[in-house]
Amino acid sequence: MKKNELLSRRAMIAGAAAAAGGALLKQVVSAEAQESPGAGDPSRAPGTGTTAVGARSAFENPARSPTGVLSGSSLTPLQSLTGTITPGDLVFERHHSGIPAIDPSRYKLVIHGMAARAMTFTLDDLRRLPSVSRVHFLECSGNGRAAYRAPAPGMTPQNVDGLTSNGEWTGVPLSVLLREVDARSTARWVLAEGGDSNKLSRSIPLEKAMDDAMIAYAFNGEPLRPANGYPARLFLPGYEGNTCVKWLRRLELVDQPNMSKDETSKYTDPLPNGTARQFSFLMDAKSIITSPAAIARVERGWMEISGIAWSGRGRIARVDVSTDGGRRWTMARLQEPVLSRAHTRFRHAWEWNGRATTIMSRAVDETGAIQPTRAAFRATRGPGTDYHFNFIRVWKIASDGAVTFEGDA
Amino acid sequence: MRRRAALSLLAPLAAALLVAACELRDAQDQGGGSPAGAGQAQQGGVGRPADVDPPTELPRSFAGIGRVARTEEVRAWDIDVNPAGVGLPPGRGTHAQGARVYAQHCAVCHGAAGEGVAPNPPLVGAGSGDFAFANDPKLTKTLGNYWPYATTLYDYVNRAMPFVAPGSLTAAEVYAVVAYLLAENGVIGKETVLDARSLAAVRMPARGRFVHDDRAGGAVFR
Repeated sequence: MKKNELLSRRAMIAGAAAAAGGALLKQVVSAEAQESPGAGDPSRAPGTGTTAVGARSAFENPARSPTGVLSGSSLTPLQSLTGTITPGDLVFERHHSGIPAIDPSRYKLVIHGMAARAMTFTLDDLRRLPSVSRVHFLECSGNGRAAYRAPAPGMTPQNVDGLTSNGEWTGVPLSVLLREVDARSTARWVLAEGGDSNKLSRSIPLEKAMDDAMIAYAFNGEPLRPANGYPARLFLPGYEGNTCVKWLRRLELVDQPNMSKDETSKYTDPLPNGTARQFSFLMDAKSIITSPAAIARVERGWMEISGIAWSGRGRIARVDVSTDGGRRWTMARLQEPVLSRAHTRFRHAWEWNGRATTIMSRAVDETGAIQPTRAAFRATRGPGTDYHFNFIRVWKIASDGAVTFEGDA
Repeated sequence: MRRRAALSLLAPLAAALLVAACELRDAQDQGGGSPAGAGQAQQGGVGRPADVDPPTELPRSFAGIGRVARTEEVRAWDIDVNPAGVGLPPGRGTHAQGARVYAQHCAVCHGAAGEGVAPNPPLVGAGSGDFAFANDPKLTKTLGNYWPYATTLYDYVNRAMPFVAPGSLTAAEVYAVVAYLLAENGVIGKETVLDARSLAAVRMPARGRFVHDDRAGGAVFR
């Protein structure tokens, strides 16, 4: 083995070890010690065998950002993802009393209240009923709060907008279950309640429940992960994540909203006129460039500007990209199919001339809603507003190519 | 004449394209909310042979799946309390009793005087009576200045607190700690005895501040 090859191989091993931690380091080092004939050149020796569960390449290490706090969040690494689908193990987390361990054989969902009969469904019952699969985003309505209140140059797409994830949800339409209990015509709302120790509760308009709400038990082809509501959760396309009650155990048909803690003291939007908007369920049109973004360094010449756009009101109609601080905009190419209330990948080919500038994206949805500038957002909602932060995200590119989050634009 | 013939030849093609476009749109709409709709989207442009039936209509009821809930299982989980006081149990409590409950179960996370211990929120403080939260991110929302319904406080304490042992307080203890917190926030007097009736009658200072969502999509940002 030539010296250069050995050096680059050692660098590779060090990189893999840093990415995957101690256990892997041991394996890689012992593999090196054997110095098999094809070592360092995978085309000269057979690889490893099949496995029961696939692992990521040792060179890839996308990770959420757990805080260790039971009532807290862990964000999706948007900068590590391409396309539109979030892998199940990278879907963001937001819990209010930790993640409960629920035995699927003991799981049950009780539906009662203003209905002809109260009914109980086991997980097997839910799986026997007709199902639907739909690709949608799930976003916490607090997404973007840190980038609004305390922007910092080092914020990555994960730090800015990591409380959104997108994938294929499978479950029973809630309308099927409400037909089984025969909801009374006087019912107007459905109170949804979780089986975690917070027993998180939210009131959902009956109209939404009968429209496209589902009791989801799978995501991206496999059962929900515990952090995302295993074994079953409410899923409401386009609605703020908090309403999509995880670990769902009870639905009560009622004639008025419950005014639960999370629909009064939280998840309401104080406005500059001294009122607070309540039941602001739908997520506004929004986008973020995920590449290039902090903390990357770009080189002069051609590159692809790429990101995601989404709206709780329907399809993304257009995404505009500006590379000159918002003076001129160019329509980005949208990855087909553009799905309703789903992350939409946009791309824009750009030749950077090496001069310092800022780049940003602006989503327009099918209702004509346009993502506002930070200044317009602040003027309308106020500096102290608490949720639904859909202002335009701006990245600054310095003349040396360093990309940082621009919080003053 | 020739031109017309060409058009008539093109017409079926145009119709086929139109059908394809509609089906694509249907597929993009992800088949709506109904399983039957999802099935229809899969047929594509192949057509249906005579020995193949269209997707079955869903029955009115999937009788046999799920069972009638037992009264006691509904009662065990039906813990919510609404603004009219529906769901409030028998029992009563006062500020003085609540002070003891608070010191024993709540102070460790929320502070001796309800001032909050980060990241746990403060519970007491009646500042910002002018509801200027949108204009000043430093203002603190509390029971006294932001919560619109007193019943919510009972509901939440009962379902989720104390954090490490939710559901461990008796109804009397919950009424008492609610009385303590409402009085400390100046919403009720320290002599007030809280029970199902008096709690539902409490009017919170922020009650009239909440409005329904007026965003409607479109070009106007609200």
